Amino acid sequence: MMRQIAIYGKGGIGKSTTTQNTVAALAEAGHKCLIVGCDPKADATRLILNRKAQATVMDLARERGSVEELEIGEVLLEGFLGIKCAESGGPEPGVGCAGRGVITAINFLEENGAYTEDLDYVFYDVLGDVVCGGFAMPIREGKAKEIYIVTSGEMMAMYAANNIARGVLKYANSGGVRLGGLICNSRKTDKEAELIMALAAKLNTQMIHFIPRDNQVQRAELRRQTVIEYSPEHAQCDEYRALAKKIAENKNFVIPTPLEMEELETLLMEFGIMEGEAA
Amino acid sequence: MSTLIQQTQKMIDEVMDAYPEKARKFREKHVRPNDPMRECGSACAVKSNVKSRPGVMTIRGCAYAGSKGVVWGPVKDVVHLSHGPVGCGQYSWWSRRNYSNGMTGIDNFGAMHITSDFQERDIVFGGDKRLAQICREIKEMFPLAKGISIQSECPVGLIGDDIESVAKKMTVELGIPVIPVRCEGFRGVSQSLGHHIANDSIRDHVLGKNSIDTVTDYDVNLIGDYNIGGDAWASRRILEEMGLRVIAQWTGDATINELAIAPQAKLNLIHCYRSMNYICRFMEEQYGIPWIEYNLFGPTKIYDSMRKIAAFFDDTIKERTEAVIAKYTPVMNAVINEYKPSLKDKTVMLYVGGLRPRHIIGAYEDLGMEVIATGYEFGHNDDYKRTYPEMKEGALIYDDITPYEFEEFAKRLKPDLVGSGIKEKYAYHKMGVPFRQMHSWDYSGPYHGFDGFPVFARDMDMAVNSPAWKLIRRKK
Repeated sequence: MMRQIAIYGKGGIGKSTTTQNTVAALAEAGHKCLIVGCDPKADATRLILNRKAQATVMDLARERGSVEELEIGEVLLEGFLGIKCAESGGPEPGVGCAGRGVITAINFLEENGAYTEDLDYVFYDVLGDVVCGGFAMPIREGKAKEIYIVTSGEMMAMYAANNIARGVLKYANSGGVRLGGLICNSRKTDKEAELIMALAAKLNTQMIHFIPRDNQVQRAELRRQTVIEYSPEHAQCDEYRALAKKIAENKNFVIPTPLEMEELETLLMEFGIMEGEAA
Repeated sequence: MSTLIQQTQKMIDEVMDAYPEKARKFREKHVRPNDPMRECGSACAVKSNVKSRPGVMTIRGCAYAGSKGVVWGPVKDVVHLSHGPVGCGQYSWWSRRNYSNGMTGIDNFGAMHITSDFQERDIVFGGDKRLAQICREIKEMFPLAKGISIQSECPVGLIGDDIESVAKKMTVELGIPVIPVRCEGFRGVSQSLGHHIANDSIRDHVLGKNSIDTVTDYDVNLIGDYNIGGDAWASRRILEEMGLRVIAQWTGDATINELAIAPQAKLNLIHCYRSMNYICRFMEEQYGIPWIEYNLFGPTKIYDSMRKIAAFFDDTIKERTEAVIAKYTPVMNAVINEYKPSLKDKTVMLYVGGLRPRHIIGAYEDLGMEVIATGYEFGHNDDYKRTYPEMKEGALIYDDITPYEFEEFAKRLKPDLVGSGIKEKYAYHKMGVPFRQMHSWDYSGPYHGFDGFPVFARDMDMAVNSPAWKLIRRKK
């Protein structure tokens, strides 16, 4: 049974890196995976393809005049360990409607048979916060049923995580989407794991995994590779393997209970202020 | 409260009874019996210019309709680009009968439908590059076009295209004014905001940008006449016979140059107050040009208006005005004598747009008819204030009326004639009620001025007294 999973999180938090490394670990374990990048920057599949995707759905649609002129094979590419990759693409910053691009691209992939029966996982890597209806596309209309939010112990990342939980809540009742957990991509802030676990508890979910910070990820990234491809023996790979396993075995799917702003700030105060420091 | 007012209020209550409580509370503020004395002050005024209530249906248009359809559309030597998906331009194509002289495709573009025909990729990637390309193509295909107006459809505002910077660039590159108009349909509650936005865009991009060498003391602008069925031509003829020089028509059969030179006039004459009071107020503030409202429907109002206009000028004009009135009085009287006998005491219900709900009342009265109910699609308070004194006590006044209410009132008031638009026409025909389209003059016109009144009288007689109605069993 194919599982569709959407990864959200604040911009720059490491969604694409986490997604690709986790998918690499899943592929390593023998699962067939597809990554759909839902970001006009089209950098959600770079580490799998070992290059930036040259042909995105919307870029080709622009070139040809309309999306009907595309063949699925032009935009559905294969990378590391046979992982399939597609990018929605979209406008440069400041013009047009990127959200509409995501909608168009996902519809195109669906209608043209990108979601083949042999797939075990489809991952949607979605830009930043849920900024408009277009970016909620992966969790609407019964597509992705599982959401993971990448966050860190930094305040803005947690704000964003809470906001995304609101988006999930909105579609939880109508579309059946559920929150699978928070992924803490460590920024080495104080009591980070405890803080995110506390946030997860408040959101009625779990911190599914804590990924410690390791520069090996950046070293691999510079070579356009996941750590699993670049250095399969490195300890950091085991973190992604662990996360992949937890996701594969996850049974904890909930309707989130987003926090009010004040509640969130209190939580931050509890954990974020060093002992002896004035509040 | 007088008996007449009470009677009408009772009828209104009956019709409103069909609504659920919330809808009723909303709608009943928009329908009132007329009290010309206004003893109850603003408390009994009709509520207007607010969002229509979802679910009841409305006859209103949108901001794009107000700008492209009404104010900008008739400017004939400018190419009006319906910027966005194809539908808005297609379905508004040539839907107003604003006549104009010239050669289509050469120096007159009024009958053409030009659109950027947005596709999915234009939404995703923005339409600005395409807009620039279209402007260049327009210039190439229509070298005699004197300008391009960009009439924004909804998506342009939703995706935040920067049409202003494209317009600015194209104005320099092409050497003709390219005017961005932010009239996205979702803005405002009706077409009314579109009129305002269009006025403002003329003010910012056209007004005062050109001048004429010779000016006279008798220069006037004819404002708020869209030349439906030739109305503006009939109006202009009267003003010219009075000895005035019309230097600009806004915007029936207009050229963009007329809009540019308008600040040189001595007086602004405004017919459709609702759609163009904005520019008149601006010209008054900026250039000190006074403005007056006038009404050229039916001889009584025509004579009044001519004298009101002449009062702004010297004795020569006043004398000529009297001579013109004397010349046409027998002609008008002949029309009245011909049609009044068959139209006398016939009753009329109106529901129209900018000025007609009040301006035409006098013309009906000249024919012995009575307007017993009237209202505006998109009027504001000041329109209704001008309407109350024109109507009898207890007459029905409605704002943004719903098809249900309109039909129910018609069943109760049993008018001899209903005047409204194409969307209403056939419903009333099926009810066996004579109907005239009072937006488009039903393929007829003009109705303005001395030329128009005979046509108006003939058309009303033709509708009311058509033998066809005797062949239809009217619902009891």
